[in-house]
Amino acid sequence: MGAAILTNLPALLVVVPLLLAPFSAVLPIAGLAWVLALVGTGISFLAALMLQSVTENGVRISYHLGNWEPPWGIEFVVDSASSLTLVVMSGLGFLATLAARRLVAIEIADKDSGKFYAAWLLVIGGLFGLVMTADAFNLFVFLEISALASVILIGMGAGTDRRALVAGYHYLVIGAVGATFYVIGVGFIYAITGTLNMGDMASRLPDAAGGAALYVGFGFMVVGMLVKAAIFPVHIWLPAAYGYAPSAVSTLLAAIATKAALYVLARIFFTIFAGTPEIVDIALSNIIVPLAVGGIFVGTIMAIYEADIKKMFAHSSVAQIGYIALGLALATPAGISAGFIHIGNHALIKGGIFMAIGGFVAALGARASLETITGIGRRMPITATAFLICGLSLAGLPLTAGFISKLYLVRAILETDSYVILALVLISSALSVVYLWKVMEVMWMQPAPARSPKLVENPAIYLPLWMVALGNIWFGIDAGWIVGAARLAATALLGGGA
Amino acid sequence: MSLHTAMLVGLLAPLVVAILTPFLAVRHVWRDAAGPIGGVITFIAAVHVALAVLDGETPRLFVAQIAEGLALEFAVTPLGAIFGLVASGLWILAALYSVGYMRGNHEKHQTRFAAFYAVAVHAAMAVAWSGNLLVLFVFYEILTFSTYPLVTHKESALARNAGRLYMSILVGTSVVLLLPAVVWVWLSTGTLDFRPGGYLAGQIDPAMAPILLALFAFGVGKAALMPIHRWLPAAMVAPTPVSALLHAVAVVKAGVFTILTVVVYVFGIDFLAETGAADWLVWLSAFTILASSMVAITKDDIKARLAYSTISQLSYIVLGAAIASSIAVQGATLHIVMHAAGKITLFFCAGAIYVQAHLTKISELDGQGREMPWVFAAFFIGALSIIGIPPLGGSWSKFMLMVGAVDSGYLVILGVLGLSSLLNIYYLLEPVSRGFFRPKVKTVEVTSHPLVVIPPVLTAILSLLLFFYVDFFAALAKLMVIS
Repeated sequence: MGAAILTNLPALLVVVPLLLAPFSAVLPIAGLAWVLALVGTGISFLAALMLQSVTENGVRISYHLGNWEPPWGIEFVVDSASSLTLVVMSGLGFLATLAARRLVAIEIADKDSGKFYAAWLLVIGGLFGLVMTADAFNLFVFLEISALASVILIGMGAGTDRRALVAGYHYLVIGAVGATFYVIGVGFIYAITGTLNMGDMASRLPDAAGGAALYVGFGFMVVGMLVKAAIFPVHIWLPAAYGYAPSAVSTLLAAIATKAALYVLARIFFTIFAGTPEIVDIALSNIIVPLAVGGIFVGTIMAIYEADIKKMFAHSSVAQIGYIALGLALATPAGISAGFIHIGNHALIKGGIFMAIGGFVAALGARASLETITGIGRRMPITATAFLICGLSLAGLPLTAGFISKLYLVRAILETDSYVILALVLISSALSVVYLWKVMEVMWMQPAPARSPKLVENPAIYLPLWMVALGNIWFGIDAGWIVGAARLAATALLGGGA
Repeated sequence: MSLHTAMLVGLLAPLVVAILTPFLAVRHVWRDAAGPIGGVITFIAAVHVALAVLDGETPRLFVAQIAEGLALEFAVTPLGAIFGLVASGLWILAALYSVGYMRGNHEKHQTRFAAFYAVAVHAAMAVAWSGNLLVLFVFYEILTFSTYPLVTHKESALARNAGRLYMSILVGTSVVLLLPAVVWVWLSTGTLDFRPGGYLAGQIDPAMAPILLALFAFGVGKAALMPIHRWLPAAMVAPTPVSALLHAVAVVKAGVFTILTVVVYVFGIDFLAETGAADWLVWLSAFTILASSMVAITKDDIKARLAYSTISQLSYIVLGAAIASSIAVQGATLHIVMHAAGKITLFFCAGAIYVQAHLTKISELDGQGREMPWVFAAFFIGALSIIGIPPLGGSWSKFMLMVGAVDSGYLVILGVLGLSSLLNIYYLLEPVSRGFFRPKVKTVEVTSHPLVVIPPVLTAILSLLLFFYVDFFAALAKLMVIS
């Protein structure tokens, strides 16, 4: 029994959430649906942790779905790169689910919560599949599962703000374009190599006389995933989607959704096209690096001029995704490690920030804007302090996780002697203090408006929030685990991987 | 008491006071006793640690390893031992004084005040004993955050605006300039530890050294170097006990302490002296010394005048660091002690005059010396020490700074220091001469509050004693420059 579970862990990670989803949809009681979601994400988290401990020694697990050998069957691959991504995603997914109970109860009608948690589980299961699958077409399937479920979740924000419908629609259309691009690219590569298995693609591509088809296929696949990862300038769906989605959904998506797409991008560059480094190098240094830096600036500057708190931090996510993409695009062991470190740390930071904003929204009963959160520091000290900690981490202050990210990213950039990029990163990082300062100033240094009602803080929200906030401090003081795991991940990716 | 324990006690005692204070809120006597008792305990620990440092030891306290070359660790340098002694020793008197001040003035939120006051002292002790630049940076920030509620204590619009300026300058400069400087050091050397003699020589391009030094000098806003000095006068809206301990001792001294530490233990004075990387800082600090003295003359508000005097005196310490010779650095270090004792006396007196007679302007002090003889006498002695007249402590540090300037060939600086002393005489002794020699212009009712009179008298005596018993601090300062 034990061994059977252990060998089937990769499948379990995807199957459990996907199987629980339909049950959740038909459950009449909101609380029960939530318990199902919690159990599903909890099991996934445990499974991911176990996978991580197995792959820590450089072991690479290849799992054949239904015992069909690749290239006929679908293969799941778990190595130290994907297991780290899975641990981050499932851990934050679990914490987001914990906090979701109260946030959903407030923002979603009771009769819809069953469907809500069903979509919730589909998103999570789909994203896990995205990370593990070694089949290029199967990846498209998981991409669509998670994307469509995300659209449902975003659209459910319409109960409190009708703009959520437009945001969801935009995401649907732009996301579909991205996914289509990706699948067109896969088509070209399939035509050249005759396989959908990533490992086989990688080994056949160097010898296949691909010619133009190779470039076109590569280009379509990359652009498609750039859309999904919300890399500038195809990030435009993200601010509205995160901004108008229900608070719980913003937390989940901000913490884990783009991380999976970023990971897939890394797989495309360093696994599928490992055999044709010329085009990868050109794409990385001439396209991805400038786009990443551009995203960092655009996101930061948009955040500075944004008055709506959720949208502000959604813009900030665009910038933070830029930091991750920049690290990965440096294509050095140090750079990729820095990217993975920030995948983990940014999930902690943004997960916490959106949870806290959810707490504010729940108590205020209104959207959180610079105006409505005036003086909230003293009215909701528990939530606001956790928010402050995550904010400090976002700014990269020492003893927080964000500092470790910045430190290793800067070191990786210095190693490649790119001083212009270094200067740009430092400037943008200073600029990010501006919008954080704006929020903190309003929250802590201005008095609450006269005759404002008393705000109630709910432990169901602030307990998970504080776990995340303390995580930001913990991984800022003891960064050994994430730094080590990220280094292994970089080795696994650059070593050829699948 | 082992050294380990002593360090734990010194770091945690103020924190314990801060945590206990809210629980003692209902029993005012106990709440108010917690500060002075905590001060005595912290001071004993600091003395213990300082004696060990004098014996050539480096007391260490390891907490956690963050990543390679980055540790959460405390390690006491001779300079840190001195700063620890100053902060904890003066806390005893300041805690007593603030009880008298807050009660005499019927201030609100006394519990919150006492708690954050103790947190600030904790942060100051941690800055003093920090084992590397990262730890120093963290507690430097905590010191800023913990003093914010104290600066805005009155909760008036004026206080809030001052608090905003205070935070934006101190946090802004540290995040945008100081933190990159720290990261720069780590990236180019792989360590952030403090080592005797410094370690940047040969590790960074000498042409870049002035830029790195500038990041530190302007990143440490607490040193109040012009043009980033504006937060200090703004912070004077805080109750006087805050101005006395924090904005004359703990906060601003944490700033100049950081600059001295970086110069002595990271750059190394030999490296700076050879490359001339700190030359520009000599002139900027000289400018600050004179310019802020000029501004001080124009201020009629006692605390505003003292604030600008503080800016000027802080730049003496920065000047000593920038000259980067053995004797100048020792002079700068001693000036941390001497100025602390002198300036806390002056602030204590300003607060005592306010509590007892509700006077805040120098022009109103005419003839009041006879009403409050002890306070004015203490003010007189504190002022003399800051001016640098023997037999008071301040004369030692000023003398050594002058010798240092001449030794390194900065003859113009000698003139600057002389001129500054003349200006000091004028603007620091004016309140005293008005108090004793002018006829009274305003009749006010003076109520007697012994708890605000005894501390300044004691610190004035301390200034006197520091002249005769300077050896202890001088010996510690000497250890700083022997590698």
